[in-house]
Amino acid sequence: MAVKKSTGAEVLVDILIEEGVEFIFGLPGGSTIPVFDALVDKRIRLILTRHEQGAVHMADGYARATGKTAVVLVTSGPGATNTVTGLLTALMDSVPMVVICGQTPSSSLGLDAFQEADTSGITYPVVKHSYLLKDPADLPRVVKEAFYLAGTGRPGPVLIDLPKDISAALLEYGGKEDGRDFHLPGYVVPTRGDEEAIGRAARLLGEAKRPLVLVGHGAVISNASPELKALIETMQIPVVNTLLGKGAFPETHPLNLGMLGMHGTAYANKAVIECDLIMSVGSRWDDRIVGRYDEFCPAAMKIHIDIDPAEIDKVVKVDVGIIGDAKTVLAQMLPLLEPGDTADWVKRVGRFRREYPLKYKKEGKLRAQHVMEELYRLCDGKAVVVTDVGQHQMWAAQYMLADSGNNWISSGGAGTMGFGLPAAIGAQLGRPGEPVVAIVGDGGFQMTLAELATAGIAKLPIKIVVINNHYLGMVRQWQNLFYDERYSGVDLEGNPDFVKLAQSYGLKGFRITRPADIRRVLKAAMDYNEGPCLIDAEVEKHDNVFPIVPAGAALRNMILEPPKRKLEKPTGGT
Amino acid sequence: MANGMKEIGRHSLSLYVSNKPGVLNRITQVFSRRGYNIDSLVVSETQDPRFSRMNIVASGDRETLEQILKQLNKLVDVIHAKDYSFEDVIQKELVLFKIDCTAEVRTEALQICDAFKARTVDLSADTLTVEVTGTTEKLDAMKTMFEPFGIRELVRTGKVLMARGKAAT
Ligand SMILES: Cc1ncc(C[n+]2csc(CCOP(=O)(O)OP(=O)(O)O)c2C)c(N)n1
Repeated sequence: MAVKKSTGAEVLVDILIEEGVEFIFGLPGGSTIPVFDALVDKRIRLILTRHEQGAVHMADGYARATGKTAVVLVTSGPGATNTVTGLLTALMDSVPMVVICGQTPSSSLGLDAFQEADTSGITYPVVKHSYLLKDPADLPRVVKEAFYLAGTGRPGPVLIDLPKDISAALLEYGGKEDGRDFHLPGYVVPTRGDEEAIGRAARLLGEAKRPLVLVGHGAVISNASPELKALIETMQIPVVNTLLGKGAFPETHPLNLGMLGMHGTAYANKAVIECDLIMSVGSRWDDRIVGRYDEFCPAAMKIHIDIDPAEIDKVVKVDVGIIGDAKTVLAQMLPLLEPGDTADWVKRVGRFRREYPLKYKKEGKLRAQHVMEELYRLCDGKAVVVTDVGQHQMWAAQYMLADSGNNWISSGGAGTMGFGLPAAIGAQLGRPGEPVVAIVGDGGFQMTLAELATAGIAKLPIKIVVINNHYLGMVRQWQNLFYDERYSGVDLEGNPDFVKLAQSYGLKGFRITRPADIRRVLKAAMDYNEGPCLIDAEVEKHDNVFPIVPAGAALRNMILEPPKRKLEKPTGGT
Repeated sequence: MANGMKEIGRHSLSLYVSNKPGVLNRITQVFSRRGYNIDSLVVSETQDPRFSRMNIVASGDRETLEQILKQLNKLVDVIHAKDYSFEDVIQKELVLFKIDCTAEVRTEALQICDAFKARTVDLSADTLTVEVTGTTEKLDAMKTMFEPFGIRELVRTGKVLMARGKAAT
């Protein structure tokens, strides 16, 4: 009996269902109409976004909140180019997703056909891998390979450029096993680490007097929390984490000193400065945490566990590099560990914590930190916290502690403004029934706020907290501290009334203007579960984030409070 | 320089890659992103039609190159990429020289060709075109010898290399 023929689009959707895809985030156009048509009859939920950038960030938030590979579907030309920022964001932060872009029919490729863009060419630098489908027979293998590549090893976005004639073509699809014969001789997925290197690392950890573990996003991605906890508690080693490593080891644990780096806690940075050994678990020594590379822990032994061989010795030269999956490598290391004596060191970092706490004034004007502290308390530390990019992001990182890796979602590597709201929508879709709060700045929020409609239609009970300082605050902060207060391009005059804006989308709006209102309003917002609500927090306009390590400076040049004298312009970094 | 002198040199790389559209693009982007210049590039078929061989000569500092190699190896379409600059491998390059050469200087020119084992491929009343293969150094030397004649045109294939004996490149 002949196998039934289906269109490429139908086969594509069938494969997505096989891969366990629950949602497709996207927006249609001429070249994807066959695929949107196929979606009508299939049980897969389409989330129609208001902009393709929103779709990619939603997929991103969904993937980070669930650990599953997310799917985006957009049209050719401008639809595809609108995904570029989201692809960069996902690539920088190793987020698994498959982005399917419609394309002009194969026969018109390169002829400047309507809405043709060289999508592959434009996106090579921002994808883990990509495909331009030329033959319908390749479709099953390509789609399955795309999922395999996106979700394994160091995860990342994989793009499929899908010409319209391929999605419309008839083909025979042989089911689950069809197209599983991947041939990827250039793709290796590291798992177990080198025994000898792990043995050396274990010995060094035991011998160190002042060891420190640096936890990065890799630890979250590989679900290494149980192994990490076992290692830390057996060895009694203090922990610092990166912005994206938040939660892999509970931030409320007495051994966790919180985030290090440019806006890290002073006690975390002091521990980094004094340690005699630092072991990174899935962190890539980003410039935001290391400051000056050549002055980063010069006297400390350095161990680096990473699944990506290209990260070892990239910026910080290490004494022991271990290529492998964080969870597996730590599990290999555990039986080899012999605890050293770290009691004095643990006591010392405890003293740093008491002597240099995070602080701000609760009296007077409304402070963003105060809003976040109360929000954290109200959520009992259990909410999924999604942020945008800027000052509010750093305050959230400082005050909204995370005890589980998937509960903190933020654009780290790319620092993409506009990420917060759509990512929160994706997170809430992936984790229904759990509290999701989006903490956004008035600047970044306005880059993707059209997705309020998307959130409203899906009745997602997201709490959107707009930290409204009427400025592009983080840039204003730099101009304030380092550029003689010569403000240039940072005043957000013309902001809408965000409460009315929310209402115009049919959403609930709240406003906080005084410290005394914080708890009452936040409580009302948390109790509101019929759909999204927006909380406009009118905060002090001129607040700066402290501590701050000027870009390109060594961690010891950290500034703890508003300086009395003028500061030099930062020497390096962005 | 602030962080010490960087060791600048010429590097000869060999890459074994998937024979697919776009692969060359992905590879050259790894170089251009770091501002690393490619001096020569040869892409050719191999014994297996699914793969191509690329030989790249690039100049720059060694540390950056090591990073570039790791990033090349990370590409799904790159099976392996290796720097052969410090290994004893077979290296060859072919060049065509077209020089000004009237009857008066022809004997002299042909003597140079003899010395370099070059082959005449075309001759006209006032030009001589020769083909020569060899190492980059040999071809550079021959170029110096031809310069006084006037080199009208020169084209080089770029370096190709292969490991010796049974070793795979
Ligand atoms: C797309 C994009 N454009 C520009 C920047 C540079 N940038 C970083 S933080 C920032 C200010 C953000 O302002 P806002 O969203 O109001 O947040 P705040 O810093 O005030 O909390 C800017 C412009 C960026 N990160 N992303």
